[in-house]
Amino acid sequence: MGIFDIYLLEALINGVLLGGVLALLSLGLNLVFGVIDVVWICYAELIMLGMYAMYFLYSVYHLPLVAAAVVCILGVAVLGVLLHVLVIAPLLGAAPINQLLATGGVLFFLQSAATVMFGVEFKNLGMRLPVLKLSGMFISYSRLLAFAFALVGMVLVYLFLTRTYTGTAIRAISQDRQIMVLMGVDSRRIYLITSALGGGLAGLAACLLVLQYDIHPFVGLSFGPITFLICVLGSLGNFAGGFVAAFVFAEIIALGGLYSDLEWGYVLAFAFFIVMMFIRPQGLMARRS
Amino acid sequence: MTRALPWLAGAALIGLPFVYNSPYPLHILVIILIWSFAYTSWSVMGRFGLTSLGHGGFMGVGAYVTALAWNKAGLTPWLGIPLALVAAGGLAAVVAYPCFRFKITGHYFALVTLALSGIVLQVITATRDHTGGSLGYTPERYQGGSSLYALQFTSKTTWYLIALGVWAVGLWIWYRVDRSMLRYALEAIAEDEDAAAATGVHVTAEKLKITVLSAVMTALAGALYCQYQLFISPDTVSGISVSLQMVFAAVVGGIYVAYGPTVGAVITIVLAEVLRISFGTRAVGWDNLVYGILLVIFIVFLPKGILGSLLDLRRVRRPEVVPGT
Repeated sequence: MGIFDIYLLEALINGVLLGGVLALLSLGLNLVFGVIDVVWICYAELIMLGMYAMYFLYSVYHLPLVAAAVVCILGVAVLGVLLHVLVIAPLLGAAPINQLLATGGVLFFLQSAATVMFGVEFKNLGMRLPVLKLSGMFISYSRLLAFAFALVGMVLVYLFLTRTYTGTAIRAISQDRQIMVLMGVDSRRIYLITSALGGGLAGLAACLLVLQYDIHPFVGLSFGPITFLICVLGSLGNFAGGFVAAFVFAEIIALGGLYSDLEWGYVLAFAFFIVMMFIRPQGLMARRS
Repeated sequence: MTRALPWLAGAALIGLPFVYNSPYPLHILVIILIWSFAYTSWSVMGRFGLTSLGHGGFMGVGAYVTALAWNKAGLTPWLGIPLALVAAGGLAAVVAYPCFRFKITGHYFALVTLALSGIVLQVITATRDHTGGSLGYTPERYQGGSSLYALQFTSKTTWYLIALGVWAVGLWIWYRVDRSMLRYALEAIAEDEDAAAATGVHVTAEKLKITVLSAVMTALAGALYCQYQLFISPDTVSGISVSLQMVFAAVVGGIYVAYGPTVGAVITIVLAEVLRISFGTRAVGWDNLVYGILLVIFIVFLPKGILGSLLDLRRVRRPEVVPGT
């Protein structure tokens, strides 16, 4: 029984660590959705490009890891702005589903652009972070690091949104898109800042994911869907909801994976999502109207 | 003349393999017809604003249930396919009913169905002891050759005629829906659910009908694909990328016109083949690169798709055809 408990605890802790990364992943998407009211289906592909950027900067051009990370975050932020200007801005007035499909087109484009440019071989940074041994449990440093940075990133975004003038404007516009424009908020500027921020968060996620996972053009498909489900489960646009949902999902995946294969963890998580949608269609943290 | 045109075109399509019987072009035609049918199945519901990203799941159910029934239970596809259709229809009803009952629409509906695709893909991968997982699955050959009992044919011509027939049935269903009260009910629902309900439309029931119909058709496409290729893998018949591929091809062709999804299938498959032949392995990825850009451009500039926009052009030239709009 003792050994069993250790495995359970290990799975629980790994679930919490995974939850941190998932929460970070969903944060950028949530921000963009909450403010611009657009779902970036290609969000995970931005992260994939960020991971390639890390690979090339660190492994090929031998930049220091921190410098590579900064360039990567800035680069993906620029990609976010480009995505907004080229694809989202012309469609702001269109049906929501058209925006969803257009970013679906960007998903195809980015995936295949990566295939064409970088090939389908798996790549990785070629560095192995040690594994922390704690009273019989194995916890990888890269996960711990990702979890810590995810928390820091989320706190920074929270402070930005609540303590700065621009952040306040962003929150205001997410509450009412029409009125705030009349109040003198330049919505185009806010949208650009939000897209850059969303992209930057994708970049940060890329820097952390690249420590744990191999890079290939289709890596986005392995965590993209789960990120959307987390955002929806936590009510699209609701940061606290996304945060809670990320940890719920991560625990389901980790515990499901403990008792059976990892795939069954995902099946459980997806099924949980569908059932939750029926019980609370507006998400976990929805305000009762 | 215009009235005779569909019959002439149909006769030409049926006669084609007897005049021109080269295996490779015939294979491409069969693939185009099967996918056209799948895309048409999607657009049957997609045109009413019900954007499902779960159709990859239904197609996977259709393919895998048929194959598993044949291999494990020795059940002929003549019984296996109906079983698969019932399974897909049931799955659609189980997921869609609560969605419609609790008014999960738009983004939320798309993402719930996306989760469904994910579930089907992961279940197929997880039950690898029975389904072969991501390595794929092969229905056993029945005594080597062709057999009506096993629905396995070595002749491409036979498959071409079967696929043509199923595709034609798909179009026929599209027209039946187009001419039915269901269409008016669903268009009203797409405009405004509450207003439609207020005028006496049973919103949940009407949406459920079209969803189950569409899912069953998609599963048939999956079963057909399985019987024709005699090899299925989770990535080719199920999952999120297949779902997106369906939406994409239908949108490019035009989801509001009957032949739109077919045009979409022709464009995407021919493009992929041309690139593959002319560039070989270097072409890996280029087809999707072009698709992706096309999809964005289409949604921004031509939301009605290629065929839809062309038909609009013709209508502008002949304004008397426009029926009371």
